[in-house]
Amino acid sequence: MTRYIARRAVLAIVVIAGVVVVTFVVAHLIPGDPASTWAGPHATARQIAAARRFLGLNRPLPVQLGSYLAGIATGNWGIAIHTHRPVLSDIATAAPASLELVFAALIIALLVGVPLGLISARWRGRAVDHTVRAGAILGVSMPIFWMALILQLIFAQRLKVAPAAGEYSAGLLFTHPLARVTGLPVIDALITGNLPMLGSTLAHLVLPAIVVAAYPAGLFARMVRAQVLDTTGETHVLMIRALGFPERTVFGRFAMKLAWNPVSAAIALVFGYSLVNTFLVESIFDWPGLGLYAASSIATLDTPAILGVALFIAIVYVVANLIVDIVQATLDPRIRLS
Amino acid sequence: MIEVPVAPSAAALPAGRALRQRIAGNPLMVAGAILVILMVGAALLAAVLAPFPGDAGTATHPFAVLRPPSAAHWFGTDQVGRDVLSRVLYGARISPLIAASVLLMACAIGLPLGLAAGYFGGWLDEVIMRITDIFLAFPALLLALALAAVLPASLTSVTIAIAATWWPWYTRLVRGQAASVAGRPYIDGCRALGISRRRIIFRHILPNAITPLIVQISLDFGGVILTASALSFLGLGAQDPTPDWGLMVSEGQAYFTTSWWVVTFPGLAILIAAFAFNLLGDGLRDLLDPKTVDAATRPKRSVLR
Repeated sequence: MTRYIARRAVLAIVVIAGVVVVTFVVAHLIPGDPASTWAGPHATARQIAAARRFLGLNRPLPVQLGSYLAGIATGNWGIAIHTHRPVLSDIATAAPASLELVFAALIIALLVGVPLGLISARWRGRAVDHTVRAGAILGVSMPIFWMALILQLIFAQRLKVAPAAGEYSAGLLFTHPLARVTGLPVIDALITGNLPMLGSTLAHLVLPAIVVAAYPAGLFARMVRAQVLDTTGETHVLMIRALGFPERTVFGRFAMKLAWNPVSAAIALVFGYSLVNTFLVESIFDWPGLGLYAASSIATLDTPAILGVALFIAIVYVVANLIVDIVQATLDPRIRLS
Repeated sequence: MIEVPVAPSAAALPAGRALRQRIAGNPLMVAGAILVILMVGAALLAAVLAPFPGDAGTATHPFAVLRPPSAAHWFGTDQVGRDVLSRVLYGARISPLIAASVLLMACAIGLPLGLAAGYFGGWLDEVIMRITDIFLAFPALLLALALAAVLPASLTSVTIAIAATWWPWYTRLVRGQAASVAGRPYIDGCRALGISRRRIIFRHILPNAITPLIVQISLDFGGVILTASALSFLGLGAQDPTPDWGLMVSEGQAYFTTSWWVVTFPGLAILIAAFAFNLLGDGLRDLLDPKTVDAATRPKRSVLR
């Protein structure tokens, strides 16, 4: 088991290093001069040259790559051109908002997708099955930037039942300031017992979370249905049927148990996917997360910041997959022995 | 788009009555096929169907700006007075074409690499698969974003950027199939008979890898349409007069609160296009992959299998 984990971990590091190299090359192909952006619009030639030296841009590309890789290992991800702050602390500021959005979306997706998948499998071939399948495919076909705009128009502007944008009502900051503990506003409001702020953060979270949940909810419903149908032919499930357990128990308890393994693998995959999907939603809901940061980085051709975001997301991807591999290998000896 | 890899085994298409029965048992696939046909029809006949064909281009009507839907303009008019319905119809010529080019390019890269990795194995396999892993660790949209930022904003750039993120899925799929076939005794038999390597790969390995590839491609069509429209929405794809649906949503965003139609209809077109191809792809997989067929057609498995 230790050998299996070690092997997977080494592979994960190789993959992350590869991602850094590829992004580094791509980012340096972006036309434009980061040094003049950094120095500002009215900088003199001498100031720009000084900025170029300061940012290390005058060195050959391989040397820059080498020192960048060395920096990552020691927690120095470079300095963002457009904020003049260390990239890592910029990401630490922005990431919690995005993570909160993804967590909320995945919870919604599981709460909606798993029961629907079970219902669909239980009554397969019936009208309810076709409806759920069509709904699930509709979910994975949703252009989420469009869905975000439509929901915002209907629920925030016309019906006025949800706030249009932001993480919480800024006005509340004067009466009930939000203490930063974890960086996730909902959690922070909860653990500091800041009830008015908790209500505000939850209300602001609902619409963007539903939008990000569309894809994973459809995916989970389809997977659970397929997996459960697959397992209903297994002998132990037949045995449970033969013992006279009601169909609800057969599907909900026994067939579902076998479906959890692939669903948990899908959660890891869809986590990274949804994190990038928030990029499309954050600008619409003015959500101060990684997506807004990435958008402003790309707009200002901020190479270190773009690299940092790509690296951060690659790490999330790879670590999520690694955790799933390890959990699955722990549960199922066939995986680690093959 | 994430498809959890369930490699469908190569299976022959059922023929005749069995085929008709299976298609009839899958109304969603039929619905998808009809929608796809309607969309292709709209694309081909856009010039005839569109009430104002000129509005697909640079036409400007300053006295008919942002008119709500009416008898003359079923979908209303946009910020420079162009007929939204005409532009949506012409847009049907763009999205499926981009998706087809992306998937073709992705196959052109992914298929040979997958065949080589699967057939030859060893260090070549290791190298190809690790590179594939690196690309798979990238969220497709992020790499596409970075590439599209490097390349000049155009539909060609979007196509290249998405294809660059899409091929690893095909390499992985084809490699799995090729490796499993390459180990079979009949391939050893071919070698013993002195059949050339090229003939073994193209006549005996490739056909076995092609069915799951086709299924995967049909499943991916909708995903590529969504990704392409997202890039266009971000302004990295088609530029103004082009009636690209993603771009239309992006341009309409500023007028959206007062003129809902400029965003609603192009976005609805993206949704329907992706939905249609996903329905069709899903149905095709059920049709070609016996493992997942049970849905409606097969009777419940009996206890005595």
